[in-house]
Amino acid sequence: MALLEVQDLTVEFPGRRGTLRALDKVSFNIEAGEILGVVGESGAGKSLTGAAIVGLLERPGRIAGGQVRFDGQRIDNLPPEPMRRLRGRRIGMIFQDPLTTLNPLYTIGRQLTETMQTHARLSDAEARTKAIGWLDRVGIPAAAHRIDAYPHEFSGGQRQRVVIALALCADPVLVIADEPTTALDVSIQAQIITLLKDLTRDHGTAVMLVTHDMGVIAETADRVAVMYAGRIAEIGPVAAVIRHPAHPYSDGLMASIPSLEHRVDRLRQIDGAMPRLDAIPNGCRFNPRCPRVFDRCRQEQPELLDAGATRAACWLHAHD
Amino acid sequence: MPAQPEPPVGCMPMTKLKVLEAVAVSHYFDVSRPFLQRVFTREPRRMLRAVDDVSFAIAPGTTFALVGESGCGKSTIARLAVGLYAATDGDILFENQPLSSARAQPALRRRMNMIFQDPYASLNPRWRVTDIVAEPIRAFKLATGSADIQARVGALLAQVSLTPRDGEKYPHEFSGGQRQRISIARALASEPDFLVCDEPTSALDVSVQAQILNLMRDLQQRLGLTYLFISHNLAVVRHMADRLGVMYLGRIVEQGPAEAIFRAPRHPYTRLLLDAIPDLEQVGRARTPVGGELPSPIAPPPGCAFHPRCPLANARCRVEKPAHTTAGDVQVACHAVAEGRDA
Repeated sequence: MALLEVQDLTVEFPGRRGTLRALDKVSFNIEAGEILGVVGESGAGKSLTGAAIVGLLERPGRIAGGQVRFDGQRIDNLPPEPMRRLRGRRIGMIFQDPLTTLNPLYTIGRQLTETMQTHARLSDAEARTKAIGWLDRVGIPAAAHRIDAYPHEFSGGQRQRVVIALALCADPVLVIADEPTTALDVSIQAQIITLLKDLTRDHGTAVMLVTHDMGVIAETADRVAVMYAGRIAEIGPVAAVIRHPAHPYSDGLMASIPSLEHRVDRLRQIDGAMPRLDAIPNGCRFNPRCPRVFDRCRQEQPELLDAGATRAACWLHAHD
Repeated sequence: MPAQPEPPVGCMPMTKLKVLEAVAVSHYFDVSRPFLQRVFTREPRRMLRAVDDVSFAIAPGTTFALVGESGCGKSTIARLAVGLYAATDGDILFENQPLSSARAQPALRRRMNMIFQDPYASLNPRWRVTDIVAEPIRAFKLATGSADIQARVGALLAQVSLTPRDGEKYPHEFSGGQRQRISIARALASEPDFLVCDEPTSALDVSVQAQILNLMRDLQQRLGLTYLFISHNLAVVRHMADRLGVMYLGRIVEQGPAEAIFRAPRHPYTRLLLDAIPDLEQVGRARTPVGGELPSPIAPPPGCAFHPRCPLANARCRVEKPAHTTAGDVQVACHAVAEGRDA
């Protein structure tokens, strides 16, 4: 049994002009000690998937179908209070914007010790020692000295690392990291990636890594899910999805990324843009932009099908 | 202005023809506290050296790219290059004429334009796209009469793969990639030869980024444009640049032909940057991250600003600012490279 099982997760936003379906039957598992990368363009539903799992959907968004099981227990229908206890203790979260995650009025030491003491019996001195240890691990220089500083006294990169320490300090078994390195410079990003990888290796922590940066995924994740317009287009081992993508969208996505290794005259581009939620095409959602579209794609929506090493939602891989 | 002749094959592009040249340019920002506070607390004035003694030249029809991490001064150079800031020290020359007088010379001003990073903030939401694109045409009186202006706007929109009908819409009706196309159409409206592109694709998704980068390359070939291209993304820079400057804390630490630098980076910082970038080709690689932070540009470390993070630093690096040494066509500011300690 996987640590996190997401099955047919569907999220809807009711509105005056009808209901928008932002996630449509998203299914995947994450095993303990595994890093699952979730990639896609803005609006594909990657952040929303993370938010729905931990019960942080913004109203009027709601889970309209499917289930989320964490460690065997169903969590998509938990009342707010048990859900709150689960978050922070067993599921840690890292959000993109470090400024809104930290409380500007408290020192970071207080925020760290408070988090740890909420979830475990620790004396003040123990909590403080552990907090310094965490700041040290995420690469804050002179941690013992900086622990009494306020968030505004740190640089953006350091603040993001404090947020990461905050997410990890209660020893969660699952971490949902939403664009954890996007606001950081590459040299700092490399430090954070290494930290996340060490963590899964040493503690068996599972990570759901949401990012738009394929390079980060390539280096960090074990498996990757490529999302498009609220659905998973392809999911599989990271090397397979990057080197031999089975879905035309993942294929186009990989080819459109400029490479450091060799220079090409023209990047391959996917023409057009992802459809808006109120204008989802019939059949496969990618069909208007797909270079390999055929009749069936315009009529029937494909589910995830076996496509060699990966699973892809594409009729090219239908064998019936 | 006489037409620029094509550079003969094999000629060094640096020697004669240049659209833009920066000669020992510095730009300082005064970040001192208010005067009275300074007097009472006896604080000295504090200067942020955003750009410190930077020199480069861009040949016509080529792309010069600047890369570096946040705060290294690359956007300040972008602003200096179009005359939005005046240099504290040194000269910016546009076709051998000092740019400080650009304000007084609309003819010079017309020939350069800028594309900004954020396509959501750089277009006036209250204006129709037609008016946005027509503004430079009206400002420089490149066409008179609304029919004439409309025709030009239509042609410009077609050039960036939008339709003339899109001119009737407002910016909010477009996606990020389409807005960046509008920005490019506006930048081209004054028929410039030189465009400064400050992170033009970093707010865009990768598949859209590919569309915009391809468009920019096409336009460069078709119109013979010269680009100063600013980015923090080395892969994008590799795709676009003919020549490259790597910036660290306000200085260019390495510059030369992009191919040469990517093939054999010399400066330890360039190597660090190239090594730090996660790349698709390196699935699951283990790495040894470089520790340390970018120091504050208000109080940069003495000597070589990179020495606290540099694996090759020695006593000389801590006290003496390295000068540029030239090897082949690549200039590097590093004692270790100059002394041959970098092997």
